[in-house]
Amino acid sequence: MTGRWLRVTLPVVTTVAVLAAWWFGSLGTESYYFPSLRAIMDRFVEVWLFDRFVTDALPSLWRLGAGFGIAVVAGVGLGLLLGLSASWRRATEPIVEFLRAIPATALLPFALLVFGIGDLMKVAIIALVCLWPVLLNTIDGVRGLDHTLADTARMYQVSGARRLLSVVLPSAAPQIMAGARTSLSLALILMVTSEMVASTSGIGFFVLDAQRGFRILDMWTGIILLGVLGYLVNLVFTLVERRLLRWHAGARADTASAR
Amino acid sequence: MTPPTTTTRPEHAGPGTRDGRSGRPRLPGAALPAVTVLGVLLLAELVSRLGVLPTRYFPPASEMFVALAGQVVDPSFWVSVGQTLQGWGAGLGIAVLLAVPVGLALGTVPLLYTAVRPIVEFLRPIPSVALIPLVVLAIGTGAASKVFLAAFAAFWQLLIPVIYGVRDTDPVARDTGRAFRLGRFGVLRWIVLPAAVPYLATGLRIASATALILAVTAELVIGVPGLGGAINLARSAGAPDRMYALIIATGLLGWGLNAALRAVERRVLHWHPSHREAAA
Amino acid sequence: MLELRSVSKTYGSGAGVTPAIGEVSLTVRPGEFLTVVGPSGCGKTTLLKCMTGLLRPTSGEVLLDGRPVTGPPADMALVFQEYGRSLMPWSTVRKNIMLPLRARRVPRPERERRADEALAEVGLAGFADHYPWQLSGGMQQRVAIARALAYRPRILVMDEPFASVDAQTRADLEDLVLRIREAHDITIVFVTHDIDESVYLSDRIAVLGPSPTSVRELVEVDLPSPRDQVATKRLAEFGELRTHVYRRIRRDEAGSPPGVASTAAPAPGSAGEDAERVGSAS
Ligand SMILES: Nc1ncnc2c1ncn2[C@@H]1O[C@H](COP(=O)(O)OP(=O)(O)OP(=O)(O)O)[C@@H](O)[C@H]1O
Ligand SMILES: [Mg+2]
Repeated sequence: MTGRWLRVTLPVVTTVAVLAAWWFGSLGTESYYFPSLRAIMDRFVEVWLFDRFVTDALPSLWRLGAGFGIAVVAGVGLGLLLGLSASWRRATEPIVEFLRAIPATALLPFALLVFGIGDLMKVAIIALVCLWPVLLNTIDGVRGLDHTLADTARMYQVSGARRLLSVVLPSAAPQIMAGARTSLSLALILMVTSEMVASTSGIGFFVLDAQRGFRILDMWTGIILLGVLGYLVNLVFTLVERRLLRWHAGARADTASAR
Repeated sequence: MTPPTTTTRPEHAGPGTRDGRSGRPRLPGAALPAVTVLGVLLLAELVSRLGVLPTRYFPPASEMFVALAGQVVDPSFWVSVGQTLQGWGAGLGIAVLLAVPVGLALGTVPLLYTAVRPIVEFLRPIPSVALIPLVVLAIGTGAASKVFLAAFAAFWQLLIPVIYGVRDTDPVARDTGRAFRLGRFGVLRWIVLPAAVPYLATGLRIASATALILAVTAELVIGVPGLGGAINLARSAGAPDRMYALIIATGLLGWGLNAALRAVERRVLHWHPSHREAAA
Repeated sequence: MLELRSVSKTYGSGAGVTPAIGEVSLTVRPGEFLTVVGPSGCGKTTLLKCMTGLLRPTSGEVLLDGRPVTGPPADMALVFQEYGRSLMPWSTVRKNIMLPLRARRVPRPERERRADEALAEVGLAGFADHYPWQLSGGMQQRVAIARALAYRPRILVMDEPFASVDAQTRADLEDLVLRIREAHDITIVFVTHDIDESVYLSDRIAVLGPSPTSVRELVEVDLPSPRDQVATKRLAEFGELRTHVYRRIRRDEAGSPPGVASTAAPAPGSAGEDAERVGSAS
């Protein structure tokens, strides 16, 4: 009883305590680089509600969504192909292994060179980098299809597109989602970095520009916005995942309790 | 670089599927991958030579490799490699030193975990690159900034697996430890830590990849010396062949680090089911 | 209708070879209820997988209506021994049952009707919208059976389908299968460990020897139809048949005294009736 009560209240208490400590601890600060939270929040409202939100936050989110979406669709599609065909997999393995080993941001200069500094470059680099975790996990997931289940599909004449949609994809879904989650963190990194390296809009551009112009409050608001967006984007992902994989959580709990 | 997720799955000697349908005649062993790699390189060469894609952006593959050879004999290339590795290594090391004790503490004391969980949950998804401007102001544009960013990003990738690993310790094993009067520290050292090691190993590979990304990013954005900066320099100097050569080198570095960690993991975790089956 | 000609199956190759089926020749007659009994691990599942086209025999052939079987035929259904793993955890019970029908392009209302009917027949009417993992092992097994029933196969093959249900449910399911066979005139091949069950259900029993298996004896069961759990099992013939089958299996399973075993070396792969088992690796 007290256990559950604690579990609910304790996180709230600590969160409030941390925020309060920051708020009151920084109230009279003289520090130039670390202004008071109150000043930051005042500025935050001025900057981000809502002019800058439209000119900087929305473009960022658009690039993130487009790049990530393309990566997921392409990754799942290619992953199905490579997961189902051993020879295709063997043929492409060294190329895939090499491309995914390149540290994501090392490809930025390449994207800059080839795609220029526009939105296309950002969407392309996000998509390119996010492709690999989804692709590799889809391959793994497809190959992990239970043998009895595969035989069941064969026995009951479930084949072709129906097999793909009703058997292979759902069975690989937990793995695919794990890959997509990794991709999402990469997408956020690439969104910010690409905007820092070459852009005239976006939150990444905004924070670096503010820092270079010594607009310290602006910079802080941008960092906080990035934090909040990162949190929210992950939250949305978690909710979608929970919805899609409801069966998986249940099935796992079932086998766990059987042990 | 792609942080790895799940890995070894033993090939089933399954009925029905692997059996009985050998299919078309196949190229032996490593021939097929070699053929495709050569094919892709040849295609890249032709596409560039024939002017299908502009040479300014896509120099012929042969020129990239010539440039790569040129880099390999250039001492300044190795200095860059060293600088990037340094940022990676220092960042990852610091992250391990912080994440393991913190993770053990949070994993073994549920109340503590409950208390700080919202803070962890909020800080973790923040893209670490968002801190770049702040880091530049507070730490400057030297190697320390690179190390900080790599360590910060890697820390979260390690912390969560360690917490999960500790919480996943078999309660029976824990009780056994208590029954044998191992003491609090003994249980931690002999029961909890070994159980968390597989999680730590996976976390370590992911954290390593992340640390390398952040090191390269710091070089690229802040201008800390290293491979990332060299790549960007090659681009702005209008030397695409060198740029591609350096990207290839960075890729090989990432690949090598991952392979090395994997090898260590196999050594250390030979007792773990996933490796046992794979070895059989 | 379904004919196995000198079928043999060996798993693996090189050092890891496991001969599972020595040599089996068997003809399943149209409309009959054939049960297959044999010691655990002797190769019953392997035999069924060859029969249903899921596995290619190493040698010999399987013919359905005179045509060689190269993959699972459309009018055959198999209830897998690993029933739990043959159900899709991401689909509800009803969807699990309907998927094969969808693949066969049965219209939706018909699909639903058949699924609900089959579920009612196995006593799971209220569980259509549950997920398989929300059910007990025995209930999952019944879902797998319902899926096969809804499929309306011409030949129904079942691999120890009643292994994890209680005695009462088991009796009910036995009678259900018999009823379905009458109603739809289907041919059934049925693997079981339970000798009583094999005698009670079947027209013929194939007694298999130990691994690598072969047919040791085909026992004709001439018990009156329809069968009845109490009346049939009280018949003297029932007891005799049961004893006979039991003896045939016992001789394999219990193993003979070491002195005897060492003298009777089995011819590898032979269908020899008296191939005794010598200190086998299993
Ligand atoms: N996929 C496989 N690879 C290698 N050997 C196998 C495989 N499947 C089965 N075997 C072997 O073949 C033999 C027969 O197995 P099978 O599953 O057919 O027996 P079974 O009669 O169905 O046993 P049970 O009554 O326990 O279900 C066993 O010795 C088993 O070890
Ligand atoms: Mg079996």
